Amino acid sequence: MNPAIVRGLYVRMLRIRLVEEKIAELYPEQQMRCPVHLSVGQEAVAVGVCAALEPEDYAISTHRSHAHYLAKGGNLKAMLGELYGRVTGCCHGKGGSMHLIDRSVGFLGAVPIVGSTIPIGVGAAFGTVLRKEHRVTIVFLGDGATEEGVFHEAVNFAVLKRLPVIFVCENNFFSVYSSLAVRQPPIRKIYELARGYGLDSHQGDGNDVEAVYGLAKAAVEKARRGDGPTFLEFKTYRWREHCGPYYDNHLGYRSEREFEEWKARCPIARFKQQLLQRELITKQDLDGIEASLAAEVEEAVAFAKSSPFPEPQLLEEHLYAS
Amino acid sequence: MSTTRDLRFFQAINEATDLCLARDPSVYLIGLHVPADPKGVFGTTLGLQKKYGPDRVMDMPTSENGMTGVAIGSALVGMRPIMVHQRIEFALLAVEQIINQAANWHYMFGGQDAMPLVIRMMIGRGWGQGPQHSQSLQAMFAHVPGLKVVMPATPYDAKGLLIAAVEDNNPVIYLEHRWLHNIFGPVPEGHYTVPLGKARTARPGRDITIVATSYMVLESLRAADLLARDGIEAEVVDVRSLRPLDTGHIIESVHRTGRLMAVDGAWRSLGFAAEVLALVAERAYGTLRASPKRVTFPDLPSPSTPALAQHFYPRAVHIVNGVRTMMGLQEVTEEQLGIQHETPLDVPDKAFTGPF
Repeated sequence: MNPAIVRGLYVRMLRIRLVEEKIAELYPEQQMRCPVHLSVGQEAVAVGVCAALEPEDYAISTHRSHAHYLAKGGNLKAMLGELYGRVTGCCHGKGGSMHLIDRSVGFLGAVPIVGSTIPIGVGAAFGTVLRKEHRVTIVFLGDGATEEGVFHEAVNFAVLKRLPVIFVCENNFFSVYSSLAVRQPPIRKIYELARGYGLDSHQGDGNDVEAVYGLAKAAVEKARRGDGPTFLEFKTYRWREHCGPYYDNHLGYRSEREFEEWKARCPIARFKQQLLQRELITKQDLDGIEASLAAEVEEAVAFAKSSPFPEPQLLEEHLYAS
Repeated sequence: MSTTRDLRFFQAINEATDLCLARDPSVYLIGLHVPADPKGVFGTTLGLQKKYGPDRVMDMPTSENGMTGVAIGSALVGMRPIMVHQRIEFALLAVEQIINQAANWHYMFGGQDAMPLVIRMMIGRGWGQGPQHSQSLQAMFAHVPGLKVVMPATPYDAKGLLIAAVEDNNPVIYLEHRWLHNIFGPVPEGHYTVPLGKARTARPGRDITIVATSYMVLESLRAADLLARDGIEAEVVDVRSLRPLDTGHIIESVHRTGRLMAVDGAWRSLGFAAEVLALVAERAYGTLRASPKRVTFPDLPSPSTPALAQHFYPRAVHIVNGVRTMMGLQEVTEEQLGIQHETPLDVPDKAFTGPF
């Protein structure tokens, strides 16, 4: 793989990590007055998939969308402005963390109703076909979404119409506090379920960004050739609580040991070691990258915090499109 | 100058759809059995696939919620879908996508995306349609900000409102009553629109304002004719759009008549008729000369058997008696009014035979 692309994967993962760790640090100030669902630990899926896309390709996401939004190129200042409820936010403060959007980079939106964006993403892909465009659409979903009826409805239609859509399932084993074991039979793998619909379906290590990139790249090329949809399941792990800035292993719904095992497989630390070993990057480079990303995050936070709140008249605006 | 002919309501819908498909390549029509149904969804989609092909007029999997999401997604990238449900009850499977997504999308993303989506839903009635084929759920959809909800009552409005809905950049719920599909009325050829959010005065009058929806506009007009024999001039307002509601039109009429009746073919409590009474109570209370009245369905599921259904659906006589009560007059019977039902009460006309 081109060394520049490899380094780019690292930089993008680290950027997302730094943004989300900063959100976790600042959240207790109670100024971000909306729920936040952090992707810390899951960055490799977002980055590996989006690195395989062209800017005009589409992506659509879920409640846990920060990483997807940033990986697709979403504007960081507009994201933080949105979390802080400011008029400079990507929805002028009307959406919050669970409704990120940046149409300028093909990020179609995110919503917190589990599974709801799956058919919408399929519909976007359908629309591109009707319009004879050659875009690819990524639908990000979690393991819980594969239990929703619309997942099955949307996948059936995508296969029926051979749509240029890629379903990217981040299997982090938990729907909030409910483990996969109480929700799906252990003998049936999620990617095998998808295969049952006639989907070309694969699984990969969601904490290995190069593996994610490789599978995504092949799926994107296939979709662009007109050879139809693909389902990709990536096992990964959410480090922090379902919603909010803290850790919640003390609740007992998952074990400290399981958490530590996954933490040891941190997609960013692991990749950093590989890059150093493969001499694709130097310690000096790394320091420079981290410093410049940290400065970018600080600047974006300062921008968001100093941005004005929306004026009251914005309440009644945007009910209908003209 | 375009010619006006008499068309049936279903033909007006078909013609409007045809015209929208011809004018804008981003319009497409999708719904269960739309091309496959030999009757062409009560005639409303007949012949359209042959004319525009399977990429513009299409069937779909039996997946109402998922396919509504698909329509929404396609609208986000520049298409203008028209989706059809042969009964409103099937659209209930798609309420998640309609309310959470379609209705909210423009607002929650700060006004960035248009949502040009029309969902046609049919309200059934008669011939034992029963509890899950004849519900009138307009108030449920009209409760939601971000949606527009229209209920045409004439062939003219059926065409003009559908074209306006397709050309609108917002999600529009287009509700059509099965008992209207076969009615005749003047319809101009070619393109015209009836603006969303505008009521019309179906019949002018000075003594009472009857605000009605959909098929109940017809019953209200029948009642107005009967009332006129006794010198009572009822003004019948066909709201056409429940959201946005033409509040000014209703208030202006009540200011002139001083009396209000809301006639809605739907449940009574928390319904559209209740909304009209609340509106007038807030904005024109001082002009009322009598307590306003609602004529609606009872708060019960709709029964299948004609023996019970005839007591479920209010008709002209119930409107007449409501008005007479408000005017301090004695109630009358259908016999006294000279009403003779030429067809059984579970069908709108002789052409209406089961099954359908």
